[in-house]
Amino acid sequence: MGLEEKLPNGILLTSVEKLVNWTRKSSLWPATFGLACCAIEMMTTGGPRYDLARFGMEVFRASPRQADLMIVAGRVTNKMAPVLRQIYDQMPEPRWVLAMGVCASSGGMFNNYAVVQGVDHIVPVDMYLPGCPPRPEMLIDAILKIHAKIMDEPLGQTRAAIKAESGQRTELIPSSVRFAKKR
Amino acid sequence: MGVFDSVKGFGVTFSTMFKKVITEEYPEVKKITAPRYHGRHQLNRHPDGLEKCVGCELCAWACPADAIFVEGGDNTEEARFSPGERFGADYQINYLRCIGCGLCIEACPTRSLTMTNEFELADDDRQRLIYTKEQLLAPLLPGMEQPPHPMRLGDSDDYYVKGPELARGGEQAR
Repeated sequence: MGLEEKLPNGILLTSVEKLVNWTRKSSLWPATFGLACCAIEMMTTGGPRYDLARFGMEVFRASPRQADLMIVAGRVTNKMAPVLRQIYDQMPEPRWVLAMGVCASSGGMFNNYAVVQGVDHIVPVDMYLPGCPPRPEMLIDAILKIHAKIMDEPLGQTRAAIKAESGQRTELIPSSVRFAKKR
Repeated sequence: MGVFDSVKGFGVTFSTMFKKVITEEYPEVKKITAPRYHGRHQLNRHPDGLEKCVGCELCAWACPADAIFVEGGDNTEEARFSPGERFGADYQINYLRCIGCGLCIEACPTRSLTMTNEFELADDDRQRLIYTKEQLLAPLLPGMEQPPHPMRLGDSDDYYVKGPELARGGEQAR
């Protein structure tokens, strides 16, 4: 936001950090980047049966300026790579990238000259989702794990430096365990 | 054009309030997949705990995405991991490549490799998505013993080769 980066070290911002992270994760708008068959599963996830609106993210933005999360669904060809990078550059910070499916994560079974072997060659990826294609529950699971990561995100450079120094890692618990109904 | 035409649409919206909701409550209620769903792999064991994998690499050959890495090793009398001569010394499946086609399952001659219904695999680290043998091996059930150990199920009946037949034959086969 700007202000938190100018504050000196030692001023407590944990509650603000929690609030900011909570607002960010509660309405995470995805940018559509459907390139292949995974996009069909992504559309299903937005539909009534799986209903991504439950997590405040039913609006798939075709315009990157209004999006926070890029779901790269499908294989990225070398020709598509600069386009993908441009879309990513146009998204406002903070932004996250989800590599959906094995093709986006590592090239999958398309180990050839035309396909980029993982979108992390082009953009930083926050979550890899295997599966060919992943079922909608798997996508929801990956998104909820991204939510968990956003909740742990540090606010400002000082806290980011402290977090990087401690080497702390967000524990990624399977969603059906984490959100299981308490008996 | 009737008077009520403009409100008719609201009636459709209103009537959906009384219909059954089809939305799956996924994270709260665990999704039960179809029984033969192609999820994460599992390396099975014999009833005494010995591994079924013989390190033949047929799964790795069958894999269209080159996701499986197998390295065979020789069983010795001191350290026995599987019945027979060879065992899978190292076994890795790269879930960033695996497309879940199940060709490895079809290729496996000992029914060692099967698939579970577990699907929540997403992770933020490429390294952690390469599953090693320890992660893929089936858990030890009661009565099983951690290999290496000698073959406990006898040489005369040869349970390791004719196991399913013996199980079908019931107790008199023993």
